[in-house]
Amino acid sequence: MGRYVARRLLQMIPVFIGTTLLIFLMVYALPGDPVRGLFGDKAGSPQVIAALRHEYGLDQPILVQYWNYMKDMILHGDFGTQIASGRPVTDVLGDAFPVTFRLASLAFAIEVVLGIALGVAAGLRAGRFTDNAVLAVALLFISIPVFVLGFICKLVFAEQLGWLEPNVNDSSDYGQLLMPAIVLATASLAYVTRLTRTSIAENRRADYVRTAIAKGLPKSRVVGVHLMRNSMIPVITYLGTDIGALMGGAVVTEGLFNIQGVGLTIYQSIVRREGTTLVGLVTVLVLIYLLANLLVDLLYAVLDPRIRYA
Amino acid sequence: MRGAKSAKWVAIAAVVALAATACGGSDSDSGDDSNAAIDPNGKFSIEVGEPQNPLQPANTMESNGSIVTKALFTGLVDYDSTGKIEMMNAQSVDTTDNKTFTVKLKPGWKFHDGTPVTAESYVKAWNWAAAPANKQTNSFWFSDIDGYADVAPEKGKAKATEMKGLKVVDDNTFTITLSTPLPYFVYKLGYEVFSPLPESFFKDPKAAGEKPVGNGPYKFVSWDHKKQIEVARNDDYQGPNKAKNGGVIFKNYTNLETAYEDLKSGNVDVLRQLAPRDLPVYKQDLGDRAVDQAYSAVQTIAPAFYTKQWKGIDPKVIQGLSMAIDRKTITTTVLQGTREPATGWVAKGVLGYQPDLGTDIFTYDPAKAKALIKEGGGVPGNKISIQFNADGGHKEWVEAVCGSITKATGVACTGDSKADFQADLDARDAQEVKSMYRSGWVLDYPFNANFLRDLFGTNSSGNQSGFSNPEVDKLIKEADAAKTQDESEKLYQELEKKLPEYMPSIPLWYYKVNAGFSEKVTGVKYAQDGDPILTGVQVKK
Repeated sequence: MGRYVARRLLQMIPVFIGTTLLIFLMVYALPGDPVRGLFGDKAGSPQVIAALRHEYGLDQPILVQYWNYMKDMILHGDFGTQIASGRPVTDVLGDAFPVTFRLASLAFAIEVVLGIALGVAAGLRAGRFTDNAVLAVALLFISIPVFVLGFICKLVFAEQLGWLEPNVNDSSDYGQLLMPAIVLATASLAYVTRLTRTSIAENRRADYVRTAIAKGLPKSRVVGVHLMRNSMIPVITYLGTDIGALMGGAVVTEGLFNIQGVGLTIYQSIVRREGTTLVGLVTVLVLIYLLANLLVDLLYAVLDPRIRYA
Repeated sequence: MRGAKSAKWVAIAAVVALAATACGGSDSDSGDDSNAAIDPNGKFSIEVGEPQNPLQPANTMESNGSIVTKALFTGLVDYDSTGKIEMMNAQSVDTTDNKTFTVKLKPGWKFHDGTPVTAESYVKAWNWAAAPANKQTNSFWFSDIDGYADVAPEKGKAKATEMKGLKVVDDNTFTITLSTPLPYFVYKLGYEVFSPLPESFFKDPKAAGEKPVGNGPYKFVSWDHKKQIEVARNDDYQGPNKAKNGGVIFKNYTNLETAYEDLKSGNVDVLRQLAPRDLPVYKQDLGDRAVDQAYSAVQTIAPAFYTKQWKGIDPKVIQGLSMAIDRKTITTTVLQGTREPATGWVAKGVLGYQPDLGTDIFTYDPAKAKALIKEGGGVPGNKISIQFNADGGHKEWVEAVCGSITKATGVACTGDSKADFQADLDARDAQEVKSMYRSGWVLDYPFNANFLRDLFGTNSSGNQSGFSNPEVDKLIKEADAAKTQDESEKLYQELEKKLPEYMPSIPLWYYKVNAGFSEKVTGVKYAQDGDPILTGVQVKK
């Protein structure tokens, strides 16, 4: 087990280098120059442009830029500075990640609790009315675009009923984050529901479930422990990747509800060609993805004793 | 089952949409009922994006930062809504030869940290901002001052740290000497780059950009990045524009749609602009609180004169293209009334603006357009393209302009879309525009030279089209050499009247502010740059 984890951690290094380099090259390949962009329609003074380009090392070959950037990041935890504002990228990340983290955890909680509950309910009554009703709702959630759902929610709950604020003005208030979290969770919730339902319906007829029932165990224990534990494997796999996706920020949802999170920061960095900010963000996201995946693989062994990592 | 369910959803959405339009505007509260009790210490909030740069006056170039620095700093002069100069921190700015200006300050002004505002505060600040080593984006604004070339040479190391054209006479007097006379230089002084800076700024400019200490009508309170910036009224302020409210909260919004929703639900008080989505309904929603007025900015399309297509073109061809654009219809339909057809190169609200240049090139006349293009030898290749940035909401009107041109003259016309503004600028800087490009110009100072000299002189900073004409250059030189500001303004007006003969660009329309404010505030007025005048806003009890 320990050796397996160590091997997995070592495998992260090339992935990490590859992804950051790719992002760096992609930003570099886009037309446009972040320093020139500061001046918009007006032409700036060439001396100042040159001075700024020099300060941020933009006048050096791209691979040298990448090398310096990674060196600073790994040795000093220095993610560089944002070109326009002159703020350290770590500050920018520190602003954006907590916001997205709150939103993502709320959305994640919603999709886990509701998704699994609906999935189990549907799976245990496979082929009956409940199953079909849940299927219909899930398909509806998958097929409605996020911004449509967002607008409908705003109209109904904020403007018509006045239960909630239309937008987030204070990102530390979970009450305000509730509506965007629900909107963000719907699509994933539908997937979780479908995966759980299929898995439960399949395993319901498995031998070990029949044995458990024959032993006279109460139904709650049969479903809650024996059946669930085995059925969760595909669901956990999906949830693991979804953590990464949620933490990557939802550009549409964040924009819709005025949430200044990771998604918007990424979008703005692309528009302004802020390579350093972008790579900093992506670096953190890659780490989150890799760790979430590792966690999922380790959970397999916990859930199913037949899976062993030597 | 599924069908029934989604149909129901659609029905709900439709009902909701109907209800929303039906009940909008039913409660039209009068925007300026003067009998409402005013709370002189009330704060109000305004929609602003996160400033791109630190809040240093010489470093803010975009509207999100400049609206904040303008609240915190007061320069020597400002201007009223007609473009006339008003003295602010300056008692007087006098000159006899348009080359040396003597500035006398009003005594007794203080920075927010209690230190006095002296002549030194200005001279030191300008020298600091002009030096390329300090990387201030607006540094080229000092290029008129004698000695700028030594501080910021085109090539090589700086020969001096101070511009020799700036001299402190005593605590409240200093002189500015320009490298060449400029009769309207006082106008430039209204730009926030010419603000004074306190002594504490130079100790740690970076910190000052995060927590600015100014001399303006508002004091800085806090900046919570990407959330809000708060400023409070400066009670010791001596200027004529003392704030009529307790302070301002600049609230950060991700986009204009969310800001408008918050305006309706009372979470923000003043907007600067609306999203296209809300234009059809905002007057109905807000009643008297809807704002619709012109500001000093113009949208043009410019031929790239460095291309084979436009090199040495007969201006008659460009006149013809201008007459093939049905400005009136496009502004009222595609642009939903957010723009006004242009009748010249200089925008409204600028000193020297002329409503009529005595030419018909801005009128839609397909027959004449065709004739002019033919007279001028036709459009090379008989097709044009208009470059624009896809992220700026320009696609619709570019297509409409193209359709109008093709319909009237038979010249094929397409939009050449660049992914975003950065890519668009990149192509312009590298002189890679294929045919024509979209360009916009918002005033820097309300004097007509800003819309003419700074764009169409061969070596002007804003000239990106490669337009170069010895005659125009000569007229610019003459206007700049005029004895008085009035004379200079007149000469520039004459130049503008002559521009149809050269057609450096095709003006399309003037911008308008389409915005609104909440029931909590009154007295919301907008200035030439399209921003609300913060100090005049009053908060109701």
